[in-house]
Amino acid sequence: MDSLSPVLAGFDVVLEPVNLLYCLIGVVIGMLIGVLPGLGPAATIAILLPLTFTLEPVTAIIMLAGIFYGAQYGGTITSVLLRLPGEASSVVTVFDGYALTRQGRAGTALGIAAIGSFVGGTVSIVVLSIVAPIVAGFALDFGPPEYTALALLGILLVATVGNGGRIKAVVAACLGLLLATVGRDGFVSAERFTFESLSLADGLDFVPLAMGLFGLAEILYALEERHRAVHAPAKVTNVWPSRADLRQAGGAIGRGSIIGFVLGVLPGGGAVLASLTAYAIEKRRSRTPERFGQGAVEGVAAPETANNAAATSSFIPLLTLGIPANATMAVIFGALLIQGVTPGPQLVTEHPELFWGVINSMYLGNVLLLIMSIPLVGVFVRILRVRPAILAPITVLITLVGAYTVNNSTFDIALVIAFGVLGYLMKKLGFDPGPLVLAFVLGSLLESSLRRSLLLFDGDPTGFFTRGISGTLLACFLAVALLPAARSVLGGRRRPATTPTIKEPV
Amino acid sequence: MSSDPAGRVPAAGSVTNVVTALVLVGLGAAAFAGSLALGVGSAARPGPGTWPMLVSGVLTGLGLVLLALARRTTDAERFHRSGLLVLGAVASMIVFVALIGTIGFEIPSAVLAFVWLRFLGGEGWRLSVVISLGTVAAFYLIFVGALSVPIPHLF
Repeated sequence: MDSLSPVLAGFDVVLEPVNLLYCLIGVVIGMLIGVLPGLGPAATIAILLPLTFTLEPVTAIIMLAGIFYGAQYGGTITSVLLRLPGEASSVVTVFDGYALTRQGRAGTALGIAAIGSFVGGTVSIVVLSIVAPIVAGFALDFGPPEYTALALLGILLVATVGNGGRIKAVVAACLGLLLATVGRDGFVSAERFTFESLSLADGLDFVPLAMGLFGLAEILYALEERHRAVHAPAKVTNVWPSRADLRQAGGAIGRGSIIGFVLGVLPGGGAVLASLTAYAIEKRRSRTPERFGQGAVEGVAAPETANNAAATSSFIPLLTLGIPANATMAVIFGALLIQGVTPGPQLVTEHPELFWGVINSMYLGNVLLLIMSIPLVGVFVRILRVRPAILAPITVLITLVGAYTVNNSTFDIALVIAFGVLGYLMKKLGFDPGPLVLAFVLGSLLESSLRRSLLLFDGDPTGFFTRGISGTLLACFLAVALLPAARSVLGGRRRPATTPTIKEPV
Repeated sequence: MSSDPAGRVPAAGSVTNVVTALVLVGLGAAAFAGSLALGVGSAARPGPGTWPMLVSGVLTGLGLVLLALARRTTDAERFHRSGLLVLGAVASMIVFVALIGTIGFEIPSAVLAFVWLRFLGGEGWRLSVVISLGTVAAFYLIFVGALSVPIPHLF
């Protein structure tokens, strides 16, 4: 088949020994940093971004895929062993994962999670390889008005589905959009909000922003929280799940893969929603639902499979539309841009080797994760036994020195510190930094699309609604934006607006 | 996790919420004024200030909404004494970035690691010295030796 040849050619590149080595390193250090309590995938990838800059683009992307999967699994290890989910989508894993740990079956939980993640990820990549080029073909016709509507809807969905108050999330998104305007205006050469600083003339760099808001902010927040220290985890033995466990979890893994893939495409909480749904479905289907929460193997397999499948399928909006669907994808988006890869509908037709390079490196990262995670679990558990007081300064130095290496500039270190403080304050005050980073990444696309559309429509904003796709997208945007506001005005007097929020590291 | 039954961080008082909202309103208003100064053009010919003006307008509006809701806000955490640790940490990093350009990364890194270990982490003197020196040595080997990153260094 003709359409398969670029796919297979991509594998030749990915399987070169150097690339295999970097993918392996990526998986290991992704798990290494991801296992540190409090650092979820977005933070881990942000901290490790500088490592990939000096490499060839293809090698760098492969290493990123390794870091991505390693960081995902690192969060699983902490939720099973310490009851500390690395991200919202691992929260349900805690129920049965930690129960298994208390029964001395932590190894089984981690092994099942690794196998489930592998299956879910693989199913998702296979479907993605088929679906992505089709979606990209459809999106080729998108013009500036469609992109304006799509970016607006993407930011709003991430802000409303995310954790924390939605007004605060939209505020964070506005801050991100404002920060994106700093620097030279792309249309006319006006300097905006640079305060006459030469370092700001080219705009704020994405990497120090992400490293500060995700990485350093988490470390500072954890520093203060240390008085609620976690206890060292028990020894982990017997990582290979027994055949009976596998048989019990098989159905959950299968269903989790499908649920994860479908829900993962949604912007915002795709992976969170997928893991919750997969868990709920398994519990409902089970003939013995009372086992759930007491250490049911399916209770670990279903959410872990689903969240990995969802994490993978959330690459679809990124690779086909150029719109990152969540905070982790925003970091990956920034990393790809630095490597000269602009995700979007043109990627698959104009740079097929890069497109398939990205996808094939995901296959590889996923396989290496399965191979590495099971034998290395013991090593990572030992890292968890090191006191956070010792790990924190080392992580900080990695972050600060890493930030310097991106542009060889001390200004970038200062930016990381400034955004670290901002991120810390945001977390304290109930603002999720995720929407800020996402809006920052999409800011210039959104602004330039809006300005081009206005030029196109000769200043008439109703033009957005007369085009089919942009009109539909904007109608969705208005519905998402206005419905909750209307509901709270109508029903606000009956109950106070206090919903419990789950705070977790990004 | 703050959602753990182990203990929720107490919510911040309404003063914190009011100050947060006021800072946002002030920031939005300042950005709005700045955008107007950049020139907003017209809808048909947007200027460099058009987009920032729209965004800062929304920001100011949402800041006012938060101000109105300040008494009912429960998702902010109270600042307590251990927040001083964060201040100390930030101070150590500012010293780090101020010194690294002139005297290289070795001494600032060792000092930063030592301060975090001994004073912020409450580790013992001997352990703090050993780990901070060991970390710098490892960084030197990795960044200068193996990767030859052009980070300013003394030796």
